[in-house]
Amino acid sequence: MADVIASPAVHTADHGHHADYLSDPEHKGIWSWMNTVDHKRLGVMYLWCVLAAFFVGGLFALLVRLELMHPGEDFMNAEQYNQAFTLHGAIMVFLFIIPSIPAALGNFILPLMLGAKDVAFPRLNLASFWVYVTGAIMAVTSIVVGGVDTGWTFYTPYSTSTGGAVTMMTMSVFVLGFSSIFTGINFVATVHKLRAPGMGWFQLPLFVWGIYATAIIQVLATPVLGITMVLLVMERAFNIGIFDAQIGGDPVLFQHFFWFYSHPAVYIMILPGMAIISEIIPTFSRRTIFGYRLIALSSVAIALIGFLVWGHHMFTSGESALAASIFSFLTFLVAIPSGIKVFNWIATMYKASISLDTPMLYATSFLLLFGIGGLTGIFLGALSVDIHLHDTYFVVAHFHYVMMGGTVIAFLGGLHYWWPKMFGRMYNESVGKIACGLVFIGFNMTFLTQFFMGSQGMPRRYYTYLDQFQPLHQFSTFGSWVLGAGLMIAAVNLMGALRGPKNAPANPWGGTTLEWQTQSPPITHNFVGQPSIEHNPYDYRNFKVPSDAV
Amino acid sequence: MSQAHEASLTEHGGHGDDHAHDHHPFHQHHFATMEQQFDASKIGMWLFLATEILLFGGLFVGFGIMQSKHSAAFIAGHHHLDWQMGALNTCFLLISSFTMVMAVWAASNNRNGNKQGILVTNLLLTLGFAGGFMVVKYFEYSHKIHDGLLPGKFFHYTGPDLVPNMFVFFSFYFMMTGLHGFHVLGGMGAITYLIIRSLKGDYTSDYFTPVDLIGLYWHLVDLIWIYLFPLLYLIS
Amino acid sequence: MSTHSETMAHGHQEHTHEHGWKGYLYILLILLVLTIITVSASRVDFGSSTANVVIAMTIATIKASLVALFFMHLKDDKPINGLIFVSTLLFLAVFLGFCLVDAESRFDTRPGTYKGPVDQVAEPLKNVDAPVAPAAAAPAAAPAAGEHGAAKH
Repeated sequence: MADVIASPAVHTADHGHHADYLSDPEHKGIWSWMNTVDHKRLGVMYLWCVLAAFFVGGLFALLVRLELMHPGEDFMNAEQYNQAFTLHGAIMVFLFIIPSIPAALGNFILPLMLGAKDVAFPRLNLASFWVYVTGAIMAVTSIVVGGVDTGWTFYTPYSTSTGGAVTMMTMSVFVLGFSSIFTGINFVATVHKLRAPGMGWFQLPLFVWGIYATAIIQVLATPVLGITMVLLVMERAFNIGIFDAQIGGDPVLFQHFFWFYSHPAVYIMILPGMAIISEIIPTFSRRTIFGYRLIALSSVAIALIGFLVWGHHMFTSGESALAASIFSFLTFLVAIPSGIKVFNWIATMYKASISLDTPMLYATSFLLLFGIGGLTGIFLGALSVDIHLHDTYFVVAHFHYVMMGGTVIAFLGGLHYWWPKMFGRMYNESVGKIACGLVFIGFNMTFLTQFFMGSQGMPRRYYTYLDQFQPLHQFSTFGSWVLGAGLMIAAVNLMGALRGPKNAPANPWGGTTLEWQTQSPPITHNFVGQPSIEHNPYDYRNFKVPSDAV
Repeated sequence: MSQAHEASLTEHGGHGDDHAHDHHPFHQHHFATMEQQFDASKIGMWLFLATEILLFGGLFVGFGIMQSKHSAAFIAGHHHLDWQMGALNTCFLLISSFTMVMAVWAASNNRNGNKQGILVTNLLLTLGFAGGFMVVKYFEYSHKIHDGLLPGKFFHYTGPDLVPNMFVFFSFYFMMTGLHGFHVLGGMGAITYLIIRSLKGDYTSDYFTPVDLIGLYWHLVDLIWIYLFPLLYLIS
Repeated sequence: MSTHSETMAHGHQEHTHEHGWKGYLYILLILLVLTIITVSASRVDFGSSTANVVIAMTIATIKASLVALFFMHLKDDKPINGLIFVSTLLFLAVFLGFCLVDAESRFDTRPGTYKGPVDQVAEPLKNVDAPVAPAAAAPAAAPAAGEHGAAKH
């Protein structure tokens, strides 16, 4: 009873008898990866893909910032600039952030945390990956054959009348939606049916709760995006008369359709980030998480309330005043469960014996940056303030604080947290901390300035600007270089570790959840025997931190 | 079952999937029991049906908004639909739903092959009614195409009752019935697969998950038509 | 779920199809009768088109519920499956509801069709002008204010 988990798996890691999933002699060669149904291998393949997308999207971001060094045309004209920010947005949203945490880290970690051998539908998981690859290829094709300049939101009537490869890009989004749906269906069924014996709903690790809430949104919202994209393509190709006002359509209806998916999609992005933070903070604070049930249920609350607020993207679109007022009110409600989470994380850290390893540094960065992102969201949810700030850099800064400062920072934290588990190798801790510091500083340099510019009226999506904004724009561009440098150092550090020996212990951080109870990297079937649960997660009073923890 | 359950909980020498006894050929190794596998598949199928409902839901919402915007055009358009054909197709789908549920019933009670004949017969009948639906659909579509009652820019109807924006109604008519028609075709493919496997004797009371899941899908196709029929053909 | 324990005892994954097949036949007959009713109801004028829509949709919902409860076995199935189904319909209702609320309470954006809200905006303007304007000019001021409101768009 001294250990949290009484299972035969606990001791196998020390002996290291079993071939891990990376070097399993029964599954060798490239083909064994291409048609694998192992959730760990699929997670790793997803990881490489989303990292590649992050790299490409990041390059477009750097180009956009570079163009904004001076007012007027530097090296991109207006059309090229429109394409650059559209591709940055579309790639980052659809190819990187949405699949990043659920499909890459979630695929790898979720079944391990549940003590399961795999997800419920392994072949569907494989299909999800290849559908994702197909969608990604279509997206890249659309860049090559004509470019897209609509912005990632594809607003009508511009998107139904502009040239370029809008049809190809929207169909790619349609295809990517299926990949997301498959992942969501898999995770909901897995959490319902494949929990280890003794693992009730309130013994689930909080990462699982977050991914579960995300999966609900993926299943319920993504189909509407699919039909929206189909209707957009139909309108472009056949003038069916639904969105184009010239032939009797309703362009605001497109925005309703688009945001019915895309606002909940914001929670597809941030909930998994919150889920990672809920793992990192108790582990590195060596404390039982404060308010477990509230954190768990607030994930579901965010997912559900998130469906009721999409109209706050449309306050200036001609949406009716009645609808706008209702949406504004409901928007404030989302702040409550988000606030509950932040308070509980801070309460967990209060008077704890915190060790500031790289993952924890990312988690603390998250608290600050997500705090700013969330609070500025309340400004924007207020009807009257939004009329002033709509489509300015204030909005750009706000959603980058949530998506990049929230989700991407949490993703990086999770990557550093689970990297030893995924690949069995420790990275250089000092380099990891330096990279985290640079990312934090660079991020704030880039985006804090944009709050100032936005509140002074700098509109988004313009390749030029008034001279008075130049100092802030230049500072922001310098910041983007610091941010880029930090990310490159983090990448080199993590990749470099892969060349080293497999030196990671089973449980380097002293984590209490099940994934730390098998060896690093895990064996193909995850656990030797079936692990079972006797205590709640994060129960540090009853958990002996292993002696080989860093 | 309790035996199988225990077997999976105890250690088996480090290889997760070598249950030597009581192992059904369609039992996947990551599930402890066949029951768990069945329940998981069922949840997965219902979640898939949820995505289908929301996919069609988008079209229903668009239809509702556009109908309130162009009510005269929608009423004029609806007069061009043949309610008798719609009603016939409704009956086809309802009966095929009944034969499908009979197939599921037969499969779930198929011990030692005693319901094999009922299973295959009902699947064949379901396929037949689905085919009948598509044949009626074919006549309806060719009639509309002949009259120029087509979606979007292909609309070239010039009759006396032409109302502005009538093409929007036919855009929705073709998108909704077209998407539904594709689902019927997909269902026919799936039922054909069930027939082939049923003939091999794969489905018994121990394992009939595919029949059950495709049955659910088929009922959903029926369910959507239950709403499409009055919305498109009857409401004026 | 009494059948659950039964299942365990039998060692089958058999679930709740225990009622005989005749029940399905009755359901089919009810569904066919309801189809006849919905077709006949559409020939009757119930006073307003809204009433006809409500009646048609109510019958459709009864039919759909019968299919879901009996043919799709939701009546005897694990509650989670029913929960998925019902919450899907709930979210669809939210989607439809909000879109309709917006579409029905929005300014009509076609030229020359302004009603209601613009007049309400014009009303205070008229009152501001009232003390200054001579009594005879007051009727002329009202259409002017209306035009002004329309011209904004």
